[in-house]
Amino acid sequence: MKTKERVIMAFAALLLGLVFAVPIWTIDMDAPQYPEGIGMKISINKIEGQNKNDLQNINGLNHYIGMQEINPDSIPELKIMPWIFIFLIVSGLGVAIWGNRTALLIWIILFVLFAIAGLVDFYIWGYDYGHNLSDDAAIKVPGMTYQPPVIGKKQLLNITASSWPGIGFYISLVSMSLASYAFWSSKSS
Amino acid sequence: MEPTTKKSKRLWWSVPFIAVISLTFYGCPSQQNLSSSGDAAQKVYVAPGEHDEFYGMFSGGYSGQMTVYGLPSGRHLYTIPVFSQAPVNGYGYSEETKPMLQTTHGFIPWDDAHHPEMSQTDGVPDGRWIFINANNTPRVARIDFSNFQTAEIIEIPNSAGNHASPFVTTNTEYISAATRFSIPLDEQSLNNQDVAISSYAENFKGTLSFIKIGDEGEMSIDFQILVPGFNYDLSHAGKGPSEDWSFFTTYNTEEAHTLLEINASRNDKDFIAAVNWRKAAELIAEGGGREISAPHYRNYMDHSEQRAKSELIETVKVIDPIENPGIIYYLPTPKSPHGVDVDPSGQYIIGGGKLSSVLPVHSFEKMLQAIENEDFEGEVDGIPVLNYDSVIHAEVENAGIGTLHTEFDGNGYAYTTAFISSEIVKWSLETFEVVDRIETYYSPGHLMIPGGDSMQPEGKYLVALNKITKDRYLPTGPELFHSAQLIDISGDKMELLLDFPTDGEPHYAQGIAADIVKERQIRFYALEDNNHPDAVKSEAETRVVRDGNEVHVYMTTIRSHFAPDNIEGIRVGDKVYFHVTNLEQDWDVPHGFAVLGAQTAELLIMPGETRTLVWEPQKPGVFPFYCTDFCSALHQEMQGYARVSPANSDTPISFGTGN
Repeated sequence: MKTKERVIMAFAALLLGLVFAVPIWTIDMDAPQYPEGIGMKISINKIEGQNKNDLQNINGLNHYIGMQEINPDSIPELKIMPWIFIFLIVSGLGVAIWGNRTALLIWIILFVLFAIAGLVDFYIWGYDYGHNLSDDAAIKVPGMTYQPPVIGKKQLLNITASSWPGIGFYISLVSMSLASYAFWSSKSS
Repeated sequence: MEPTTKKSKRLWWSVPFIAVISLTFYGCPSQQNLSSSGDAAQKVYVAPGEHDEFYGMFSGGYSGQMTVYGLPSGRHLYTIPVFSQAPVNGYGYSEETKPMLQTTHGFIPWDDAHHPEMSQTDGVPDGRWIFINANNTPRVARIDFSNFQTAEIIEIPNSAGNHASPFVTTNTEYISAATRFSIPLDEQSLNNQDVAISSYAENFKGTLSFIKIGDEGEMSIDFQILVPGFNYDLSHAGKGPSEDWSFFTTYNTEEAHTLLEINASRNDKDFIAAVNWRKAAELIAEGGGREISAPHYRNYMDHSEQRAKSELIETVKVIDPIENPGIIYYLPTPKSPHGVDVDPSGQYIIGGGKLSSVLPVHSFEKMLQAIENEDFEGEVDGIPVLNYDSVIHAEVENAGIGTLHTEFDGNGYAYTTAFISSEIVKWSLETFEVVDRIETYYSPGHLMIPGGDSMQPEGKYLVALNKITKDRYLPTGPELFHSAQLIDISGDKMELLLDFPTDGEPHYAQGIAADIVKERQIRFYALEDNNHPDAVKSEAETRVVRDGNEVHVYMTTIRSHFAPDNIEGIRVGDKVYFHVTNLEQDWDVPHGFAVLGAQTAELLIMPGETRTLVWEPQKPGVFPFYCTDFCSALHQEMQGYARVSPANSDTPISFGTGN
């Protein structure tokens, strides 16, 4: 790896620092009685409402159908994910300093695997929230489950749920692309 | 030639037809000056989900409240409880709001509210607050535009019939409030005296009060000017060149005390009082004026604790014009003038001229000149009376009969209501001639153009506030809402667009561009900012506490249950305080609270708010309480029970939600 690739790789690693500041995924819910929308911003270390009290209000809505309360404090992933990113940043910088192409490839593969694992985990959480409903639910619609889509739009009773990647996800993609470019570019030398 | 002859022959048949049609429409007043219905409908149509262009803030008159309408649609948006108890949401019934209606006469649950007046900055309504007067038990209220709730009410001592009130100076330094009825005020103490009514001329006096407005809107009576015992009817502050002055109309300069309709209508001219409020304020700031005992209440909403508090203020300062010349002058004005209105430039002072055949327009410049030249035609109790011919600028001829109030469009025209001839008359501020007139249905009192009494009117619509309704709408028995008419004033000719009923008995109204107010709106109260001493912020904190024969229930609401919803241990003879905190933090999710046998109104609790209802159960048994506001699909399930045991029983206090 030449200096150019090492600088790019260092940049790719440091770029991931921004992921701490922005949501990695967003879920928006649309219903006639929420003319201004209601939704969640999922970051690697927290889940917040699009507006200040959205999370409380989403939980209020969900309790009709017996969905579990979304309580960020009880979601272990929000404590694990920051360490994964810290690991990626530190090891990415290490790869940049070391300049070893194989290490870079391993870093990229790890990053992709983490990303896939994250999406699978997100699907499992969504499945659990959507299917594992309380027997005390006031409203039970036979055959109805409320799993939000991992990506895209889905109609859940009166609510249209839209799930899309957040800025943090795109930053990760850019970081991954830069690292891949560094890998490809260093091949010629 | 031939074809023409043929054509005219053919048209002959239509002459009688046209004549009949013309006769049918002639004398049918509702067809006059009405733009074609389609046009009018389009101009007032606000599509579903769209917002009106203006807020219209209407006084409720004898409802004691203020009503909010959207213009041009005429849709009734809200009623703001001000001087009257409001069972609809518990205002004046709940422990938190009762102090708002405190006066030195005790708790007063009603009043007669006449004149909404918006706060101004640089002579333009700024959308911070709107003030309104209580006519009967003299008070002025301030309503906060951020939540459309009454924030403060101040009582005005040494006043009776607070009609000429509240009128704001161009930067909301003061609002003025003058007594309509003069009363026998003791010369030293200003105490209301026990004297013969027939001693009116000797003993009766009036006061003009100036209420100072603080940065946060807080009101305090800065000074009162002692004036002769006339009736002070209406007022307006000057603007621009005249901004240091306020003007008040008088009638009953005859000083009659019985059958005023005859005895107070004898003089050809009464007065407009011109008050140099700036000079009076300076006098007070320098320690002038006489401080007298004049207990009066100031009630205000403590926003942190979310409850109203009352404070008794012991004194006011009084200015006697005899000892302080240069503060007040009288401008002779025909005849029993009702309103007094100052044009947007601040140059002209227009008297209502209620019983006059002309509408008098005074010139501010000429007034200053006359004062400088000491061009006086007399003096009343030390107040110089200026020479009429020296101050009058124009007399508008043919301005209708029974002229009352004038507003302006900012394009050089004035609009005056004529009560007896039931019309609005448009006249030019250049030529002082009438240029257009339109009938109203029936007998207008005030009129309103958004910003129409400010330096920057929005001359698009005019609302006529009529005093008589009769056949305008589907009849509702003997008692009818008052009618209002929306008139398009954007063109040369006034055009009637819309006719709509208004709640209560609106007198005056004010309008403001919706955008100015919309951006200030609070949607709900943040729970973390709720410092009510009886608030509970979570279900974990809810509890029931006995204190002697008082039982305090600290309760929460959230869709769709109360916590606690089962309460035992209450005894007959107890006074039960339900302190209910609404834990919701979303727009438009109030919860209600009502309990069987409560001798008061429900509570309607906004998100983040705490309200208290007192219940004194009379009989043993189990009594349900429930949410009155359809809050969710499980609203009907939002209920609970309170068990009441006999007076001497020993049922222990217990409470919970069953887990």
